[in-house]
Amino acid sequence: MSAVRWLVALAAITVALVLQVTLFPHVAWHGIVPNICLLVVVAAALTVEAPFALVLGFTAGVVLDLAPPADHVAGRWALALTVVAFLAARVRQDVKPTALAVVGTVAAASFVATSIFAITGLLVRDPSMSVGGMVEVVLVAVVWDVLLTPFVLPPLMKVFSRLNPRWAAD
Amino acid sequence: MGLRGSAEGRERRWHSLDHLEARNRPPRSLFVALLLASATLVTLDVSGGDASPVEPARRVVGEVFGPVESATALAVRPFTAVPDWFRSKGDLADSVRELEAENASLREQVQTAGVDRNRLEQYDGLTAAAQDLGHALVPARVVAFGPRQAQSLTVTIDAGSSSGLRPDLTVVNDRGLVGRVLRVTSTTATVLLVVDPESTVGGRVGSSMELGFVSGNGSLTAEDGLDLRLVDDTVVPARDDTVVTWGSQDGPYVPGVPIGRITEVYSSLREASQRAVVEPFVDFSALDLVGVLVPSGTTSDRAVIEADGSLR
Repeated sequence: MSAVRWLVALAAITVALVLQVTLFPHVAWHGIVPNICLLVVVAAALTVEAPFALVLGFTAGVVLDLAPPADHVAGRWALALTVVAFLAARVRQDVKPTALAVVGTVAAASFVATSIFAITGLLVRDPSMSVGGMVEVVLVAVVWDVLLTPFVLPPLMKVFSRLNPRWAAD
Repeated sequence: MGLRGSAEGRERRWHSLDHLEARNRPPRSLFVALLLASATLVTLDVSGGDASPVEPARRVVGEVFGPVESATALAVRPFTAVPDWFRSKGDLADSVRELEAENASLREQVQTAGVDRNRLEQYDGLTAAAQDLGHALVPARVVAFGPRQAQSLTVTIDAGSSSGLRPDLTVVNDRGLVGRVLRVTSTTATVLLVVDPESTVGGRVGSSMELGFVSGNGSLTAEDGLDLRLVDDTVVPARDDTVVTWGSQDGPYVPGVPIGRITEVYSSLREASQRAVVEPFVDFSALDLVGVLVPSGTTSDRAVIEADGSLR
């Protein structure tokens, strides 16, 4: 079961990454595209157990860091998405998360991830844009991710919770 | 019966709450381990510089994702052309009128230019042609764009080392300079656009032949443009002047490729230097077909356009 889940998760990450760099740039706003890999990580963190989500976040980050045409210092997305997986897994779900909770989590996760990425860029002196540009990027990215949430999160969460051995019994 | 049912229900709920309790607490040790792993990756990549140990990993991931990206871009391409179908006759008539006006003003400029300038242009054309003779063009299409969240403006093209590409080659399109090749896999290459903040190109101002450096400022819109700083602080660059690459034969940028047009000039009293804004000729938000300048005679798995226009 675990192997199947890993396969599904990695396939989701691959599809998300490829869509993000090939399809969405054609509809991007000033080059800012939705971060679908982040949506996959949040979906996993909201449905399956935390260790899996953490490792998935890290893996997705490393792939984002290395796959062409990425050229920034590697490890920055890995750091950002690991933190996002940790935060999203802390959202309590005694019951199934409501739609509003999911959207709120995605918005917070997107804000945190893009900000962490931008700030680590400043720390390691990776050449980056002005503060005004960063604020624009962070805010537009949040809007994009929230807009895509209704289309991406429900099917992914359904798939993940079906593949989750503990929840399968419920 | 009813009592038993509710008791069972409560039982089950307690169970599932237990599970959730165990599940919802992310293990701190794993979290810290992954954070440290990320930090290690950053450190390795930063300290390694050009010979970073992460480069081989990038190459491997690129070999895997490159073909997938190329295939997806091929599938997506028909759909990105859809908006063009909805251009009305009025739009087309407008653009014809604009182009005619532009053509007329350009013709006027050419005719009113001094004889000396025309002669200079001819010499320039000759030398440029002579320099061009050493290069052939490998055509390629842009298949993937780096998101602006990643703060580096890079694209993937669908030609790689098997087409004769290697790092540091110049990439152009029909308008002018696009960027340079950063790294290659066997089927794809990553290109650093000149608008990337990390990119600096040696530039030459067309009319005065002054040398300077053109650097990107991380924006895709043409109005924000590129920054030009001249080596000689006393020279004021003229508006509407064309900037071309200065470059070298074996360096990353081939000389004489048009970069853009000077739109604004600022002089800073404090730094006693001139700063000009260059509007690039290339529309970076709509990149598609590009050419990579390779040395003439390069072996390639696809058709190569030689300097004399022949296809090989």
